[in-house]
Amino acid sequence: MRPFTYERARSPAEAATAVARQPDSKFIAGGTNLLDLMKLQIETPAHLIDVNGLGLDRIEATPEGGLRIGALVRNTSLAADERVRRDYGVLARALLAGASGQLRNKATTAGNLLQRTRCPYFYGTAQPCNKRQPGSGCAAIGGVTRQLGVIGTSEACIATHPSDMAVAMRALDAVVETIRADGTARRIPIAEFHRLPGETPHIETAMARDEFITAVTLPPPIGGRHVYRKVRDRASYAFALVSVAAVVQRDGTGRVALGGVAHKPWRVEAAEAELPRGAKQAMAAILDGAQPTHDNAFKVTLAERTLASVLAEARG
Amino acid sequence: MKFDTPATSNPIDQLKVVGHPVDRIDGPRKTTGTAPYAYERHDVARNQAYGHVLGAGIGKGRVTAMDTAAARAAPGVVAIVTTLDMPRLEKGPRNTASLFGGPDVQHYHQAIAVVVAETFEQARDAAAMIRVEYARQPGRFDLAAEGPKAQLASAESGEGGAAPQEDRTGDFEGAFARAPVKLDETYTTPDESHAMMEPHATIAAWDGETLTLWTSNQMIAWGRTDVAKTLGIPEENVRLDSPFIGGGFGGKLFLRADAVLAALGAKAARRPVKLALARPLMANNTTHRPATIQRIRIGAQPDGRITAIAHESLSGDLEGGGPETAVAQTKLLYAGANRLTAMRLAVLDLPEGNAMRAPGEAPGLMALEVAMDEMAERLGIDPIAFRVVNDTQVDPEAPDRPFSQRQLIECLRTGAERFGWSRRSATPGQRREGRWLVGMGVAAGFRNNLVMASGARVRLDGSGGVTVETDMTDIGTGSYTIIAQTAAEMMGVPLDRVTVRLGDSSFPVSAGSGGQWGGNSSTAGVYAACVKLREAVAQRLGFNSAEAVFADGEVRAGNHSAPLGQAAGADGMVAEDTIEYGDLAKRYQQSTFAGHFVEVGVDAATGETRVRRMLAVCAAGRILNPKSARSQVIGAMTMGVGAALMEELAVDKRHGFFVNHDLAGYEVPVHADIPHQEVIFLDEVDPISSPMKAKGVGELGICGVGAAVANAMYNATGVRLRDYPMTLDKMIDRLPQVV
Ligand SMILES: Cc1cc2nc3c(=O)[nH]c(=O)nc-3n(C[C@H](O)[C@H](O)[C@H](O)COP(=O)(O)OP(=O)(O)OC[C@H]3O[C@@H](n4cnc5c(N)ncnc54)[C@H](O)[C@@H]3O)c2cc1C
Ligand code: SF4
Repeated sequence: MRPFTYERARSPAEAATAVARQPDSKFIAGGTNLLDLMKLQIETPAHLIDVNGLGLDRIEATPEGGLRIGALVRNTSLAADERVRRDYGVLARALLAGASGQLRNKATTAGNLLQRTRCPYFYGTAQPCNKRQPGSGCAAIGGVTRQLGVIGTSEACIATHPSDMAVAMRALDAVVETIRADGTARRIPIAEFHRLPGETPHIETAMARDEFITAVTLPPPIGGRHVYRKVRDRASYAFALVSVAAVVQRDGTGRVALGGVAHKPWRVEAAEAELPRGAKQAMAAILDGAQPTHDNAFKVTLAERTLASVLAEARG
Repeated sequence: MKFDTPATSNPIDQLKVVGHPVDRIDGPRKTTGTAPYAYERHDVARNQAYGHVLGAGIGKGRVTAMDTAAARAAPGVVAIVTTLDMPRLEKGPRNTASLFGGPDVQHYHQAIAVVVAETFEQARDAAAMIRVEYARQPGRFDLAAEGPKAQLASAESGEGGAAPQEDRTGDFEGAFARAPVKLDETYTTPDESHAMMEPHATIAAWDGETLTLWTSNQMIAWGRTDVAKTLGIPEENVRLDSPFIGGGFGGKLFLRADAVLAALGAKAARRPVKLALARPLMANNTTHRPATIQRIRIGAQPDGRITAIAHESLSGDLEGGGPETAVAQTKLLYAGANRLTAMRLAVLDLPEGNAMRAPGEAPGLMALEVAMDEMAERLGIDPIAFRVVNDTQVDPEAPDRPFSQRQLIECLRTGAERFGWSRRSATPGQRREGRWLVGMGVAAGFRNNLVMASGARVRLDGSGGVTVETDMTDIGTGSYTIIAQTAAEMMGVPLDRVTVRLGDSSFPVSAGSGGQWGGNSSTAGVYAACVKLREAVAQRLGFNSAEAVFADGEVRAGNHSAPLGQAAGADGMVAEDTIEYGDLAKRYQQSTFAGHFVEVGVDAATGETRVRRMLAVCAAGRILNPKSARSQVIGAMTMGVGAALMEELAVDKRHGFFVNHDLAGYEVPVHADIPHQEVIFLDEVDPISSPMKAKGVGELGICGVGAAVANAMYNATGVRLRDYPMTLDKMIDRLPQVV
């Protein structure tokens, strides 16, 4: 961990301004991801701006009938919120499938969206990694890739985004609200929030460096059966091999987003038309163009079988 | 005390304290955080500086240059010692790879520098500033690829389970060819990590030429000799102290880089240095359980009698290392006139392989006991009945050697009844509960009982208090408690009058903690010292020692009685002895047995396997403390589930290292994976084993569990897996269609 200086921001605008002022600075929320990475010098900020005291820890109804989730709402509180559990069950379930109780007590909504990959080579600091050290190469390709991405990958990076929460939010068409140092606010649809790796896997989101997340909004509830199924090697406290977030309506139509397969929560809206015809057709369309490695080809089969099981559960 | 004839009745048989499920006497300190582990011994030496160890970033080659300028200039840095500062250190006989010194890199994360600084953060930060240049060399990192070049190996693994070269009894090939029912299958087990909670950690302080190491080590006497050898100093100048150890599982049997580099760092810094190996170094800097590729062939008559059995195992290690002795149990577990066992060892440039909980039997049974299940199915015989038919009460390779005790059949039958084995369908894939395909599996558990010489000193004070001193360690197993129970029983005092002091090399040399020999051997050493003390007490009181009864804090003989403390007087009394073993272990085969039963659910769609309940029935001699023994067994069963379902050090075969070198990447079972466990100990006393009549259980609990899980998965799904860990990707293509 490099030595760093520390300040507490008093407002979102001040936080954004502080980050803009100092090139080597970062926000810290729960710190559950950032501090781990700092200890390994994967992240090396010289200055931390603590955003915990900004009062962004409320969940409010929006005029449109949706919910506005403050950026600092803890994963535990979000999962326990009555409205979330009633109207956005897929989100509550995704949250509870993630990490552990202790971590969820600390982890925030914004921090969860921005958590970094779990590619093992990203953590092996003696190894080349384009995400950790742009241009150094990708040690994972040709190596141990069982956990890594099968679709939307590039020759520069095949890592996945590890969040469960974000997968459910993708299915719910959440919108990320931000503010910049110059005061401009924007609303970024979650579909555009995370990026594919392309040639610049170190650039992971659509955010500018001085952009600060204030909230995530959920559109009005869409009803349907909400299922989140996370497939993993042990019963708890493990990242997904594949996860499926689904909202399925009575007529068999619905939405599906996948975790564990790509550099972002993976959803193909056009493919959802296939859902009433069953998992096989739908998953073929969702994962059309997948380029798995030898080690992770199973994820394609697994995703299809998991979706079949999820659809059965939603119907049942 | 020489133990060379079977034990007759002795004061331990009273079972007033021994054999009771008393709470661990160190429990309150552990649970209140006041039992200091090595890294927390802030008060043992003043002015401790912090060390951080840097590991090599290549799998094989040489360090050509190290630029430490920036690190030396970094804030708080007190000293830096690099591997280029000295020639390769000597190494103790128990280490395979060098622990430090010289430019050669034998394996990934081999230690190449230690940075000492005022704070932990400063040391870690400065270590990252060291620029290292390497000349890489190609290495051998793929066990299967190196297999054809492997040599037959004889095994002295350091932790028992030894098996000689190729071992033949009768004519295996001929009998196998003639057998009407046979099996010839290959099973693989991966490299595994001990993954204990407490990392290797040491505080080192020099006082002139003498060195004290407050460390975390299972085998104090081994550690002491190997430190002396490695650093080139006389053994008398080394003291190790290791009273509390946060788990080891074999990972702390041997001297490791933490102790060596704390010592070198302290020398360079001229002050005490504390350091712990960072979690990522645990996988690649220290030892691991080596991967195996095992071929098993079994031939049998239609009635189930085995006529031919062969077990051959391939494993790898660095040049000069040893094999994983995975064929050990196959020499002893089942009858059969024609036998073959062999081990082959390939040279690999991966980190050093060595003992992990039940070396040999743990991975060996993961193969053998699946083969037995497969064979039972081919024969159309119930897997338990098949094992019963092939039971043997003598060493099948040397029929004049009986087992001292062997209750395998009782373990299996008792377990079958308790577990509801009769409800298992012999045809796989029959039971479905919602999403889950449900199945049951069984496996025999087997682990040899090793005995080791063990010494202890027992002090008696004027108030009748008893203090035991021995360099035995408690690695979370309960040594403190069973030693206290032994001394209390022998001296006739309540448990709270006994103080136990462990883990200090200035105490008598004990068996140490390894190979599940520690509990039986170390208490036998305490027994021996107590016998001496009892004689001295009786003599001092003028009692006939043969008649003297030690009970309720008193000594009685005939009509006389005296308080125990009276004998000690103001100066106290002390007795010391070592239990040494004769040739009983040669004349009798001493082993421990279990029946492991597992029920799993396999998600019909995803192939996720979750254990639903487990039972172990153990026959392992006298159980000194059923509570701590149970804890050992359920912990071992949990580890067995890990080995079956998730644990694997993933090898990068290009660069030669274990990729998943942290607890996020190396998954071990969590609470949610272990819903229900039951343990039954059969009544057994084994007078051949020691005066305690006990044997080990700490490793028996893992032996066979993996296979029981595998067999349950097969019973649930009809998919037979032979490659561990049995993750869903290995069967997803073979599961039934989801509707
Ligand atoms: C052992 C372990 C297991 C885990 N398992 C799972 C799992 O199974 N599933 C899962 O989904 N997650 C898992 N996680 C990840 C966990 O969910 C994240 O660590 C957590 O959500 C991050 O939130 P945080 O508030 O602690 O973020 P921090 O660590 O504080 O920050 C993360 C990043 O977000 C940035 N940031 C924070 N707030 C803002 C803001 N308002 N605006 C702009 N930038 C911001 C920070 O600068 C930093 O770059 C696990 C983590 C651990 C340590
Ligand atoms: S896959 Fe991406 S994160 Fe992993 S090593 Fe390659 S570039 Fe780095």
